[in-house]
Amino acid sequence: MAHDEQQPVIALSAAPLDADALVRAVKTDAHGAVVTFLGTTRETSPGDPRPVEALDYEAYDAMALAEMHAIANEVRERFGPLGIAMVHRTGRVALGEPSVAVVVAAPHRGAAFDACRYAIDALKSRVPVWKREQYRDGATAWIANTPS
Amino acid sequence: MNVRVLAFARLRELLGFGERVVSVPDGTTVESLFARFASDQPELAALRASTRFARNGALASATTEVRDGDEIALLPPVGGG
Repeated sequence: MAHDEQQPVIALSAAPLDADALVRAVKTDAHGAVVTFLGTTRETSPGDPRPVEALDYEAYDAMALAEMHAIANEVRERFGPLGIAMVHRTGRVALGEPSVAVVVAAPHRGAAFDACRYAIDALKSRVPVWKREQYRDGATAWIANTPS
Repeated sequence: MNVRVLAFARLRELLGFGERVVSVPDGTTVESLFARFASDQPELAALRASTRFARNGALASATTEVRDGDEIALLPPVGGG
């Protein structure tokens, strides 16, 4: 399959993310650069001292998948033919685990870095996924993304 | 007519459902649908300004009229990543 016909890998996953598998899925012999972004769950939110025990993610599945496909198409229009995977976790994600993976494989590193940055920024601002922090003291809070 | 209402995250918790079919009169807009739920829930009403809406999977303005069989989603500010 020619790399410019490569389908994006877009998914929501209730299972742990496997970045290596995503690299294998998007990289072809036409690519000389692969950039992988992993967003991982952090112990504290800015301005909130309470330690986080885990995060729970929920998605509007159909719209989230459609929006991720739209972003993948934008990425190709802007940065040229490349392979891209975007996968977001749903359900409970333990502290320190990846909650989102964006993998871009491109002929050269410039486009790979730029496309990966564009994709994760767009995902965080547009894709209907929500995050609830579960604190060690039992409290919870929904955390919205700040505009990037 | 009937529409299916989807609610997510904090809106889901406040409404007490993630999905519900509701009967609404002709001329109902996305805005009036939200107002109907928020009328007796000040905490929900307070989230109106930050809530966005989707009709059948696409973002829709609050003035959009709903139609029979529509899926209307109430979307809090997203938090992915």
